[in-house]
Amino acid sequence: MFTIWELILQQTVNGLILGSFYALVALGYSMVYGIIKLLNFAHGDIFMVGAFVCFASFGVVSAALPGWPGIVISIVIAMIIAGIVGYLTQRFAYRPLIKAAAPRLSLLITAIGVSLIIYNAVMVITSSRTYFFQSGIEAAPLFQAGMFRLTDIQVILLTISASLMAGLTLMIKKTMVGKAMRAIALDRDTCRLMGINVNKIIGVTFFIGSALAAIASGMYNILYVNVSFSMGYMFGIKAFTAAVIGGIGSIPGAMLGGLLLGLLEAIGTQFVGSQWKDVFAFGLLIVILIFRPNGLMGKTEIERM
Amino acid sequence: MSKLLLKVENLETYYGKVAALRGISFEVHEGQIVTLLGSNGAGKSTTLKTISGLIPSAAGTVTFCGEDITRKPAHDIVKRGLVQLPEGRHIFKDHTVLENLELGSYTLKDEAERKRRMESVFERFPILATRRKQLGGTLSGGEQQMLAIGRGLMSSPKLLLMDEPSMGIAPLIVRDITEIIKNLHKEGTTILLVEQNAKMALGLADYGYVMDTGSIVLEGRGSDLRRDEKVVKAYLGD
Repeated sequence: MFTIWELILQQTVNGLILGSFYALVALGYSMVYGIIKLLNFAHGDIFMVGAFVCFASFGVVSAALPGWPGIVISIVIAMIIAGIVGYLTQRFAYRPLIKAAAPRLSLLITAIGVSLIIYNAVMVITSSRTYFFQSGIEAAPLFQAGMFRLTDIQVILLTISASLMAGLTLMIKKTMVGKAMRAIALDRDTCRLMGINVNKIIGVTFFIGSALAAIASGMYNILYVNVSFSMGYMFGIKAFTAAVIGGIGSIPGAMLGGLLLGLLEAIGTQFVGSQWKDVFAFGLLIVILIFRPNGLMGKTEIERM
Repeated sequence: MSKLLLKVENLETYYGKVAALRGISFEVHEGQIVTLLGSNGAGKSTTLKTISGLIPSAAGTVTFCGEDITRKPAHDIVKRGLVQLPEGRHIFKDHTVLENLELGSYTLKDEAERKRRMESVFERFPILATRRKQLGGTLSGGEQQMLAIGRGLMSSPKLLLMDEPSMGIAPLIVRDITEIIKNLHKEGTTILLVEQNAKMALGLADYGYVMDTGSIVLEGRGSDLRRDEKVVKAYLGD
């Protein structure tokens, strides 16, 4: 009887960690959708780019700085590079379309194109191989009770994720850039009349979203080890789902959706087996959407298509 | 005559292939209230949007404080002190009154100056001070118009473009808005006012231009236009 609760507790921790990765990536989908109403299909590939940059950087840095210091530096490099890639997709693929007032479908197709370009480019560069991220970090249990084990890595990853989400929430709420982001989401032209450089803020949004995805992928590397050109595909779809479940465009919604999806997957793995976990998780998510079509934190708004 | 603030020459704007402005020219001098009159679709709003950089012009020039601003982006034009209040107020509904005002001074880096300007807006519109934590969307139409004007004043404009400030406002409140514009004028703010409410606009304006289908068809001092037969017939009704 105790073991089952220990297992549930264990899976809750696992689910929260995976879920916080989903959440960090979902934030990018949600922020971009909020500000330019684009489903940025390439965002999962940005996650993958982050993982590779982190992997490659760590390969160089780890000789001098093994363990956490090397990982932190690698993740920071991954953030910057992924942020720049994200910014460039916006600058050269999406901005010209937005300027030409292209229909949303054209934007969507462009995003799919950008996704394929990144996906295939990385596939060629990495010779379609799967690489293994060897962090060299041994997990030390901080707390153990029967089947339940909480390690220092888990606590560190959860703390980083939580601080990032808190930081982003504060930034959106309190800073001028954050207030401008929210305002652009509602009324772009009026923002221009306030002297807000709308393109610049959209660029900043892409940079931040992409950097968050890169941090998520760096942390993901530590736990899940495999790095490949296709890793962003399913992860991206799941993070996007999380964003929709939370209510796309909503920042707290993306966080909630990500955590919920992670939890459902972990619980599903435990009780219905890992081959059914996606069916279990997505089945429940469909039920949520039936009762809350706009997502958990989404606003009821009339979509103009 | 006082200093020339805004000079518009042969301005042309198109929506696709449709000409919305067919080469209009006019001037605004410092300290004046100038009004653009005309019926719906005459091109008044288009004129303001072209000047403020929201819509690109096809030909002609806009000169502000002696500088050519024709091809400048909207956010850059605001920095120079040419500020447009959007038609229909366009308050950020999910932002508080305070945040709306802050965004009005977006280009300002100096926090102390931002505070000072906000205090002066609150002095002018005490009702906004009492509602500072409220969301913009919860304000009444008249309060929203005050907020829209306050937000515009936050960037301390040299020239304020007002697009139909009386639109959708209860008649009683229109009087308040008129008073507000009069006060701004007294304090030396230069205003380019677009109105369908010609009676209100001509009551305020030093000088007026009448537009029809993208052209200026008549101009004159406010007091003269008020007596002009054609204007009376077309815009002032009875």
